[in-house]
Amino acid sequence: MDFSIILNEYQFYLDGLWTTTWLVALSLLIGLVIALPAGVLRSHPNWLIKGPIWAYMYFFRGTPLLVQLFLIYYGVAQFDSLRESWLWYYFQEAWFCALLAFSLNTGAYTAEIVRGVISTMPKGELEAAKAYGMSRLQILRRITLPNSLRRALPAYSNEIIFMIHGSAIAGVVTIVDITGAARVVNARYYAPFEAYLAAGVLYMCLTFSVIYLFKLWEKSYQHQ
Amino acid sequence: MFALYGYQEIFLEGAWLTLQVALLSLVLSVALGLLAALAKLSHSTILKTIATLYTTIIRGIPDLILMLLIFFGGQLLINDMSYTLNEWLNETITGYYPTHEWTAYLPEYIDISPYFAGIITIGFIFGAYMAETFRGAILSVDKGQLEAATAYGMNKYKRFFRVMFPQMMRHALPGLGNNWLVLLKTTALVSIIGLQDMVKIAGDASGSTQKPFTFYLVVALVFLFYTAVSTSVLKWAERKYSIQTR
Repeated sequence: MDFSIILNEYQFYLDGLWTTTWLVALSLLIGLVIALPAGVLRSHPNWLIKGPIWAYMYFFRGTPLLVQLFLIYYGVAQFDSLRESWLWYYFQEAWFCALLAFSLNTGAYTAEIVRGVISTMPKGELEAAKAYGMSRLQILRRITLPNSLRRALPAYSNEIIFMIHGSAIAGVVTIVDITGAARVVNARYYAPFEAYLAAGVLYMCLTFSVIYLFKLWEKSYQHQ
Repeated sequence: MFALYGYQEIFLEGAWLTLQVALLSLVLSVALGLLAALAKLSHSTILKTIATLYTTIIRGIPDLILMLLIFFGGQLLINDMSYTLNEWLNETITGYYPTHEWTAYLPEYIDISPYFAGIITIGFIFGAYMAETFRGAILSVDKGQLEAATAYGMNKYKRFFRVMFPQMMRHALPGLGNNWLVLLKTTALVSIIGLQDMVKIAGDASGSTQKPFTFYLVVALVFLFYTAVSTSVLKWAERKYSIQTR
């Protein structure tokens, strides 16, 4: 074991940490933007609205993230019309494909959380709010949103952790995230143990900081 | 059958391999999960600490990193160890019998197959998740049931296999099902360490046919098929095991 390699190449890992962080954060943000309407409209009575959302969620929750990434990163090149369009400028970039795959994936999972939270909303609270004469906007702001947010937090913190872990496959499509950095260091020194262990420690730090922050947030709800 | 640019047979083999890896890792993870859950609930501090460390560390590190660590790092570690042991054995024996010739008592080079590395890693990872599921399930079994079993004169093992196990499985089933669905999708990662599963075959095939989208879409559809079958089996099992509870 020679961990001085990691100390010499720490710049690689720091860059990787930064790449992983922004890639995951941006994916989660875009995923949330997809998930909110998708999760709400998932229980829409009209099949023309419900159907496509069901199909989207079923596909992205039922297939591995790796396959989704490959489908976008390698698969898109099969279509000549797309290769000739302006979209190709983005689709030939690995980071764009990873961002797209991760966002669509986490969007589907988060939509399921949103759907679950909405469908289990306690009816009595809404009825009580109505009886107090609150307007629809007031009910949304005072009852529905805080209540659902509190119940969605544990599931969503899990989803964030899954996304951090899932993002490790970005290193497979030439992106130098934490995994990518470890692969480069391993290829340079042939020190798989040190290289991947350092990556594991970094991911563990990320994971536990997220868990810690969400614990604090959840606690702040309990005091009220 | 269906045609896939001449790749249909090898692709089906890959699909079968994916299923094999998934099922074997499931068996391993259930066994590890049970052991870890029992260790967590035991009275021994050492067992508790080991189990807690195991579940915490595994759940903090991505599966891909663990897989690369076990496949590449483990290989290096095992070979280093077997080399050192060989040297030590030979030196000791030469010390006693100076005429002794150098022989490799342990194999000089052990090649970990990606097949076993994949199964061991996935089983090891999901054992940690299973442990949490089983721990909750064990805690939700009525204490009176175990006391009754003791009163009937059952020993530790009978108590576990006749009373605890059948009842905890009912509580563990939803969590177990979820873990299985996640595990199934994780098996796609074994293609990265070089196992010829369907993701790897799709990659090779799309290289020669220039039809990457078609091949990866078929892979995705096979995964959807596996998921759909699993979901209906799980629904059936949950219905079956909840019969006596109402």
